[in-house]
Amino acid sequence: MLRHDLQTAPVPMANQIQLRVNGKIVSVAAGTVVAAAVALAGQTRFRRSVGGGARGPLCGMGICMECRVTINGQAHCRSCQTLCEEAMEVRTDE
Amino acid sequence: MNETRLRFEVVVVGAGPAGLAAACAAAENGCRTALVDDTPWLGGQIWRGQQAHPTIPQAARWVERFRRTKASLLDQCTILGPGGRRLLLAEHPSGPRQIEWERLILATGARELFLPFPGWTLPGNFGPGGLQSLAKHGWPVAGKRIVLAGSGPLLLAVGGGLRKMGASIVSINEQAPWSRLISFAAGLLPWPSKLAQAARLKWSLLGAPFRCGVWPLAAEGAEQLRAVTLTDGRRQWREECDLLACGFGLVPNVELPLALGCQLDNEFVKVDPWQAASVAGVYAAGELTGIGGADAALVEGEIAGLAASGKEDAARRLMPRRAAWQRFRAALAAAFAPREELARLAAADTVVCRCEDVRFDRLKSFAGWRDAKLQTRCGMGPCQGRVCGAAARVLFGWGMESVRPPVLPGRVESLCQNGAI
Repeated sequence: MLRHDLQTAPVPMANQIQLRVNGKIVSVAAGTVVAAAVALAGQTRFRRSVGGGARGPLCGMGICMECRVTINGQAHCRSCQTLCEEAMEVRTDE
Repeated sequence: MNETRLRFEVVVVGAGPAGLAAACAAAENGCRTALVDDTPWLGGQIWRGQQAHPTIPQAARWVERFRRTKASLLDQCTILGPGGRRLLLAEHPSGPRQIEWERLILATGARELFLPFPGWTLPGNFGPGGLQSLAKHGWPVAGKRIVLAGSGPLLLAVGGGLRKMGASIVSINEQAPWSRLISFAAGLLPWPSKLAQAARLKWSLLGAPFRCGVWPLAAEGAEQLRAVTLTDGRRQWREECDLLACGFGLVPNVELPLALGCQLDNEFVKVDPWQAASVAGVYAAGELTGIGGADAALVEGEIAGLAASGKEDAARRLMPRRAAWQRFRAALAAAFAPREELARLAAADTVVCRCEDVRFDRLKSFAGWRDAKLQTRCGMGPCQGRVCGAAARVLFGWGMESVRPPVLPGRVESLCQNGAI
């Protein structure tokens, strides 16, 4: 293979991460936050408020707590501040 | 970072421009220094994403300068509050941390000001800075129709950034009137770099309507935001969109300074010419002492770091530069001051406290923040009043009198150390 081909060939998986959001497999680029993976999984509602209202991220910087999800069994993680990791299990609405 | 109890001469909280500059100044002057940040990134919110995709040379220079020092970086480390004399309780994903300090430099920055209006709790409504941060970390915005509203220079910057990422900007709506913005722009002449920045932003947004004296009245949608109603005070109209980015400027993150006993001056941390706060050994720099952007924060951080290292002469030499940025801060505050109408956007049934779902009509009869908290649980949920407390200041004129630790939710094991519980 020529050097040129090596440079232009798509990089396979090296900087892609696979995780699951509510059981659905999502593939994201390294550096993606969990909140973005939830959105990429097609989920707009992250949680329900105490009164039952649909909620999603608001501040995007770790202060409002609206984006909290369960990550690998740990509840109330701020998905906007957490980077995706391989084989992470994310659950919303908990 | 496996030890749980750490000890430093200078501890800097917050790795944005002010914290980076403070940590560099302290470490370069021989102090055993730690820089602590909640996130896995350097640069704070304003320089977020700069490590992965550097576009701001100034940010890269400061990160590189920090990397060359011997300072320790304690990232992903959330400060929960003071744990005794000159001790901070903190939490890292791997477990609790206790951080001892001799001098403490607070550079916790600012957050966006959110004001309640009908529909503001719907998924799809973000702070402009928040949406920009999320988009830099993979939130899908390409092809999305986005309305920007609220106030401040951030609106243009975010609109330009989102457009570059492939978003379709429906409109940008600044609540301040043209008259004030024109005098602000004229006043930028002493800061040519800012004027050039503004011109570039306007250019990058060519085609998207930029309106002044326009603000949002309501957002609508069932489980997700679908449209927003805007007004110029005379007429109202509706714009369909996928996302709304709406923030009314910035407010300082004063929770940790308050928990440490620092006095405030209006809503900001009160500091002397050395950036020293009212508590011995504690300094504050950056947006905590006034909203002015990265340049003001850098010079304040450097002064704080030098002062904390006993380098008064070097600190004094930076004071004229700081004075220039303080004038810029004052001009910014005057130009983008929120109009009165914004305090009256909430309807009776609009949720003000998003954590505890406390409605506007339940709050308006109380005399102050403390009463409202005790009677309604407003501000007592996971965000600890960070969103509704700042809104209540605008809506009702209530100030936040005190803060109880933990300043952010933490695990019980992190608080149990050192007899905090």
